[in-house]
Amino acid sequence: MLDKVGIAKRISQELRDGWYVNLGIGIPTLVANFVPEDITVEFQSENGILGMGPFPFDGEEDADLINAGKQTVTLQPGASVFDSATSFAMIRGQHVQLTVLGAMEVSENGDIANWKIPGKMVKGMGGAMDLVASAENIIVAMMHTNKKGESKLLPSCSLPLTGVACVTRVITNLAALEIKDGAFHLLERAPGVSVEEIQAATAGKLIVEGDVPEMKID
Amino acid sequence: MAINKVVANAKEATKGIEDGMTLMLGGFGLCGIPENCISEMVEMNVKGLTCISNNAGVDDFGLGLLLHQKQIKKMVSSYVGENDEFERQMLSGELEVDLIPQGSLAERCRAGGAGVPAFFTPAGYGTEVAEGKEVREFNGKPHILESALTADFAIVKAWKGDTAGNLVFKAAARNFNPMMAMAGKITIAEVEELVPEGTLDPNTVHTPGIFVQRIFQGTGYEKRIEQRTVRQRD
Repeated sequence: MLDKVGIAKRISQELRDGWYVNLGIGIPTLVANFVPEDITVEFQSENGILGMGPFPFDGEEDADLINAGKQTVTLQPGASVFDSATSFAMIRGQHVQLTVLGAMEVSENGDIANWKIPGKMVKGMGGAMDLVASAENIIVAMMHTNKKGESKLLPSCSLPLTGVACVTRVITNLAALEIKDGAFHLLERAPGVSVEEIQAATAGKLIVEGDVPEMKID
Repeated sequence: MAINKVVANAKEATKGIEDGMTLMLGGFGLCGIPENCISEMVEMNVKGLTCISNNAGVDDFGLGLLLHQKQIKKMVSSYVGENDEFERQMLSGELEVDLIPQGSLAERCRAGGAGVPAFFTPAGYGTEVAEGKEVREFNGKPHILESALTADFAIVKAWKGDTAGNLVFKAAARNFNPMMAMAGKITIAEVEELVPEGTLDPNTVHTPGIFVQRIFQGTGYEKRIEQRTVRQRD
């Protein structure tokens, strides 16, 4: 089974040379720490940064330089900054190749819910609806089940949707899955996790073909 | 000689803001917010405001200060977490809230300032956001019709500005400020440094002075950091 860092490491294997990538808050943010050394990617932060770097050294924080999670960050050489309309032009205009974000629920046809629990939690969608409506590659990073042990990979989402038929991959603590043709297709098992365990934790339609390999995580 | 937009301070800049008005306020989180004008409006105690702003501040800073005094009737935002008083007022029904996808919010402000009454976007299709909105397919993909936003006053914060109202923003503090500056019937810009006309390089101006009606040099910027994240030197 993977921890959050393990999920981030597995997602880093999905990065490709020359891609612009938007990372959401939480587990996705950790992906930036594990970019393979032989490729170059640039991170976009939807509040208005391209070429976002790591956290600043202690004492060098700049209140004017934060990421979409309101954390202090730095700029890489070659970075640029811009307004929010330009930022979402990059996103809506499909200039960003990959979006990684968290979710509360994902359905077998690729619907995602991650912004509202009616009557309990309403924080808003932020940029998530724009991101999932436009990106060609959308990877969800999340735990396979919720705190009650219930599957987050469902036949259909029960919570208000963020986007429809948009998620292409899901990387969880148990598995890597692809979404196509109205089903979750099992690509890889997390280390030490059996196909049966993944089946038991997946409420939506799960397709298992042949021998499913175990992930290789450094 | 350029048209002079300078006013003395926040008090003079906010003259004319009245109960029930619609305001746009620049900023993302606490980054790039018009601190001086917010403080002034707390002092003025104008009420029943509709505030268009990506976020609603935190409990004791930013728009949270106006919320605390119950000066805001309605918030139009994309993300409102990190604010307990906001959540309480929203769940109790005291505060109306219109949540809008962040990119749609930015574009709706831009459209308002650019004379584009509405536009189609894929963001929000198939969600609550699309309810009651026209849907049309372009290139085989469904889009929803979003309308432009304007405001009685837009209040923005810039790093530098000149007497002609030209503005330069710093790093991620630019965010919504340029679009909101375009969409205000009256736009107030507070700046960290006000310089004489002719000082700013015209090639580096982000917001041209035509969009700004009043400008002043702010004082005592706190520039609070919401999430201080650092790494240690090896």
